[in-house]
Amino acid sequence: MGRIITLKKPVAITTHSCVGGKKEGQGPLGEYFDIISEDNYFGQESWEKAETEMLKRSFYTILKKRDIKPQDIDVALGGDLCNQITSTAFCYRDIPVPFLGLYGACSAMAESMVIGACLINSGGVDNALCSASSHFATAERQFRTPLDYGGKRTPTAQWTVTGAAHALLEREGKGPFITRVMFGRIADLGIKDANNMGAAMAPAAATTLKEFFTLSGEKVENYDAIYTGDLGQVGTDLLKQLLMHENIELTNHKDCGLIIFDRESQQVQAGASGCGCSGCVLSSHILPQLEAGNLHRILFMATGALLSPTTTMQQESIPGIAHLVEIVAEKE
Amino acid sequence: MKINKKEYSYMVEQASPPSHLGKNCLWAFIIGGSICTLGEWLYKFYKNIGFIMSDARLMASISLVGLAAVLTGLGWYSRLAKKAGAGTLVPITGFANAVVSPAMEFRAEGLITGTGTKMFIIAGPVIVYGILASVVYGLILFFISPMGR
Repeated sequence: MGRIITLKKPVAITTHSCVGGKKEGQGPLGEYFDIISEDNYFGQESWEKAETEMLKRSFYTILKKRDIKPQDIDVALGGDLCNQITSTAFCYRDIPVPFLGLYGACSAMAESMVIGACLINSGGVDNALCSASSHFATAERQFRTPLDYGGKRTPTAQWTVTGAAHALLEREGKGPFITRVMFGRIADLGIKDANNMGAAMAPAAATTLKEFFTLSGEKVENYDAIYTGDLGQVGTDLLKQLLMHENIELTNHKDCGLIIFDRESQQVQAGASGCGCSGCVLSSHILPQLEAGNLHRILFMATGALLSPTTTMQQESIPGIAHLVEIVAEKE
Repeated sequence: MKINKKEYSYMVEQASPPSHLGKNCLWAFIIGGSICTLGEWLYKFYKNIGFIMSDARLMASISLVGLAAVLTGLGWYSRLAKKAGAGTLVPITGFANAVVSPAMEFRAEGLITGTGTKMFIIAGPVIVYGILASVVYGLILFFISPMGR
């Protein structure tokens, strides 16, 4: 009791949506996005406005799919990578929904789903709209250098996804269903290289998984797939090695950061990253497979690197976090 | 976790692919060399059309800076830099790119509070320490060289 939260009644993920940019449209999942914009400005005059517009398009898509109005939503939860999570807040400023902004860096999708499922489980709300978004251009200028600055990316660097995703959790409805959730603990094994996020976040993913397996008695093979958010190739290799030391062999692991782009042809170095990465892969790839019956039982674990440009410049190491959501296709 | 920070640091080193040093150096040499050759050609061109040596050198630098600024504006410089690395960073063109790219990027925050404030965000330290170094070298030269020379 306490660490792993078993929901009294499985919470349904009734509807989901995702919107992506041009590069995402050219990737392996491109055709499964609800909307792909060839214009990464999304018709706006600044990158920040573009990210908000992208979120709005995803929001109105999910309303249309579920045939509901903003007033029907009990609470909206979500986060992004911009300072003071403005992209998400600005998305809802003209929309009358109760809003709770979250910051967990790239773990935003899992973080909002964990909290949303708990709120429904508590009986307080009947539904919760979870979201995550990131934009390559806003993240670059927030964390790195201007877009047109001529720099060379290191082989361990990851490419921030331009994408926004929503998932509507409901007390009643058709699945897939969330059955158990777990809040992650912060893990920091001293990585200071902001161009190696996978390495910074792998210990958090390993910590959460190890704790979940130990406390629940579940085994890796009880799941069709275990998805992490955006560890990329370097983080994936490290996660497997870390768990090997704990006698856990991760045979069915998939990383969203290695699914959304074709690493070789799209030149994204170690893979993809950003809040939108796990969000869009969840909506365009994981949930549809659960709905189609190709997957039956999975773990979804988005990882976040809790750094800021200031802490990087002050030579601080990067704390990582990973929240876990257990999703099943049918109620057991 | 059973792994400590030191062991993990070793694991990360092993798992992180290194940069292709040879390939990167070759590209830097070819593109960086080409930029410098262009500079040399420009210097000779300006000298041929009648500039004195010091002015011709200045004109060559100005031309390269102007060219790099235009290429940055068109979004081509960063594409070239993706391949060239230090080859586009080290020549004077890299300095122009470092000033123009933030100037463009932060235009959304206004001409004064955006472009004006953030323009030197990358090149600023180069200017500060460049000037400091020239003051130090100037002082050294002043004290070691005989007066009046």
